[in-house]
Amino acid sequence: MDDRQAPPHRAVITVEGVGQLLAELATRGHRVLGPTARDGAIVYDDIGAVSDMPQGWTDRQDAGRYKLERRDDDALFGYAVGPQSWKKFLHPPMETIWRSRRTESGLAIDAPIAVSEKFAFIGVRACELHAIAIQDRVFLEGPYVDKAYGVRRQDAFIVATNCAVAGGTCFCVSMGTGPKAQSGFDLALTEIIEDDRHVFLVEVGSDAGADVLAHIEHQPAARMDVIAADTIIAHTAANMGREMETTGLKELLQGNLTHEQWEKVADRCLSCGNCTMVCPTCFCTTVEDHSDLAGLNAERVKEWDSCFTQDFSYIHGGSVRKSTSSRYRQWMTHKLASWIDQFGTSGCVGCGRCVTWCPVGIDITAEAAAIRAAPQKSSVVADARA
Amino acid sequence: MHGLDVTLEEHPFFAGFSPDQNRIVSGCARNHKFDAGHYLFREGDPANEFFLIRHGRVALEIVSPGQAPVVIATLGKGEIVGASWLVPPYRWMFDARAVELTRAIGIDAACLRGKCDADAQLGYEMMKRFLPVLVKRLNATRLQLLDVYGKR
Amino acid sequence: MAPPDARLEEPHTTDAFVPDLYRVEAVRRELSDTVTLELAPISGTRPAYAPGQFNMLYAFGVGEIAISISGNHESGNRFIHTVRDVGAVSGAICRSAPGDVLGLRGPFGVGWPVAAAEGSDVMFVAGGLGLAPLRPAILEVLENRARYDRVAILFGTRNPADMLFRHQLESWRQRLDIEVEVTVDHADPDWHGHVGVVPGLIPHVMFDPAETVAFVCGPEVMMRFTATALTAAGVASERIHLSMERNMKCAIGICGHCQFGPDFVCKDGPVMRYDRIAEILALREI
Repeated sequence: MDDRQAPPHRAVITVEGVGQLLAELATRGHRVLGPTARDGAIVYDDIGAVSDMPQGWTDRQDAGRYKLERRDDDALFGYAVGPQSWKKFLHPPMETIWRSRRTESGLAIDAPIAVSEKFAFIGVRACELHAIAIQDRVFLEGPYVDKAYGVRRQDAFIVATNCAVAGGTCFCVSMGTGPKAQSGFDLALTEIIEDDRHVFLVEVGSDAGADVLAHIEHQPAARMDVIAADTIIAHTAANMGREMETTGLKELLQGNLTHEQWEKVADRCLSCGNCTMVCPTCFCTTVEDHSDLAGLNAERVKEWDSCFTQDFSYIHGGSVRKSTSSRYRQWMTHKLASWIDQFGTSGCVGCGRCVTWCPVGIDITAEAAAIRAAPQKSSVVADARA
Repeated sequence: MHGLDVTLEEHPFFAGFSPDQNRIVSGCARNHKFDAGHYLFREGDPANEFFLIRHGRVALEIVSPGQAPVVIATLGKGEIVGASWLVPPYRWMFDARAVELTRAIGIDAACLRGKCDADAQLGYEMMKRFLPVLVKRLNATRLQLLDVYGKR
Repeated sequence: MAPPDARLEEPHTTDAFVPDLYRVEAVRRELSDTVTLELAPISGTRPAYAPGQFNMLYAFGVGEIAISISGNHESGNRFIHTVRDVGAVSGAICRSAPGDVLGLRGPFGVGWPVAAAEGSDVMFVAGGLGLAPLRPAILEVLENRARYDRVAILFGTRNPADMLFRHQLESWRQRLDIEVEVTVDHADPDWHGHVGVVPGLIPHVMFDPAETVAFVCGPEVMMRFTATALTAAGVASERIHLSMERNMKCAIGICGHCQFGPDFVCKDGPVMRYDRIAEILALREI
């Protein structure tokens, strides 16, 4: 008979407990990454202690707007998502995929061995858990696997955070991706700040999570703690900054590929690609080949790419998507429609980053609504049905 | 003339013509045989006859001074040669050369124009047959213009 | 927390991205800007492939491009590729000499449904260099000639001088059990063949449209016109197969470049059924 106690499904820890959690994960060989305030934004970076975290900060977000502001409390997670996502660690912006060198017999290629840094992510939002799950489908569940991604992914320890505030551009409720973390985490925290206490309700999502929790100070969760957390999450859900109607959205967009709205949005769109860089699911990459001046060594580097560049669709003779309208259409229809054909899920998690970080404030929810308000049906589809 | 009736009916261009209409058109028709290298017509000549190829191959050519003739299109069995007879001033714009032994039905243009003017139904049937051929050729020429196999 | 169902049992390398090394065994100049290379693996045997699939060829330090396989199994332990010099990478590959080493990943993609066409009439419609990706399918059909009904090869090219695989076309034409028609866009009077575009040949050789399967490869505009002409001749759009081209980087469906509507040309194509892509094919800048 196993006399060890079953791990508690829920527990309560303090701010000091969060510090212990960071230390425990570091002790276990993880590279502990979490939110920190830097350059006027919340960014994910190495953190060693609670003092590295953006305690007492919040953000104000709107289309094309982002600003950090002080809170009147000491909340650790009192803001929504910043410009970066965990994508930059799991699917790095640049990665050397192999090196080659000239040899006497011609050519040799050396593939680097994928080394895991054993990431621990602190403060992963529900939308971001979904984004990670979506990238898992892209990189791990197709006929070919990106093994370097898989290695990094497999070893990652994930501490989720249920959002206590909704950002001005958030619409996870519309996308069914938040604000509560449902799965895909080792531990999930809900920050509870009341008059006389500042604690975190901890939910255990895995055996690894239970084991880590066992090594930090915690109390059993009381019913009132669970109710307090649920109330916070419900409040967040009720205060989304944006919403997007998703019913029939795939068919709507795929049936309106020649809608005049694509030209209208192109009048504003700068083709800068910011939306693709900040999007936690955008996965496109290109490759660059470099060689030394002597022509003896070369390497191939995989880099994030954006469907907003001319080069992205280049075939011999020129770019397939020369106009901005065609590139915006590619991005948005891929994200909200053809992604479903390809991966069985929408590519949008409602995090709002593309809205916030668009320099001209283009809002994907408004673009979708504009087409829904006046569907035109692409002439091709209409012809086919005639 | 009975023999030509049959030949007309067999040509896809006249598929669906009534026996009466066939008889009317036959009255303007005669058989031709062009040996390889012989011309059906030349640029600038009056377009007083057009041709339905029964078999063989005809090249439409255009010539620039000092250069070899350029073949614009070839036409074969079942196709028609010549549209200039339909529009004033009724003069050929190209040379039409038999690439190989070619047998064709020639239709007298003035004769057919007269019969079409007199019988609007016949004229309409002719137009319904001619126009798709012309549009198809125009489309093909547009594709040819793109030079799709060249380096872009 | 680990991803569900992670398939990491194999060694931890990004091996789908890593080329194997192949030696250039022979180079044959086809046209002024086009060569055919025979590539043999430096070690081991080349993987099996299906007609219509492609490999990613890497020129040292310059880059990698997708090139269809243009030979058949008679090439033994070699891959045959016909490459046109249209850019930095294709130029470097075209300039390679016997003994040089290239990187090669593949084969990738969905090829021609050669076996599924058994019992049918088969019409191959090629434009320009589009004959190269069709060649393995043509060779396979001819090798199993008895399994097919009537077979025709329609080939359109720019002019008689720029005719790819001219000798092969001539030898195919000698056979009594296939029909071969060649047309050129431009010719001088010495050319005794067809002048005009390749869709124009379709009515000349159309068999029973209900029994015809068409394999089409060439520039996209040529394929659009050809598919329209085939449909007009009565061939059902699900019996028409086109080989599509889009920018390719990874060839394994994870870099996003070759998207064509909902499909990735690298893994859902390059050979695609016309009825599945007709709507998208008609759109600009898709």
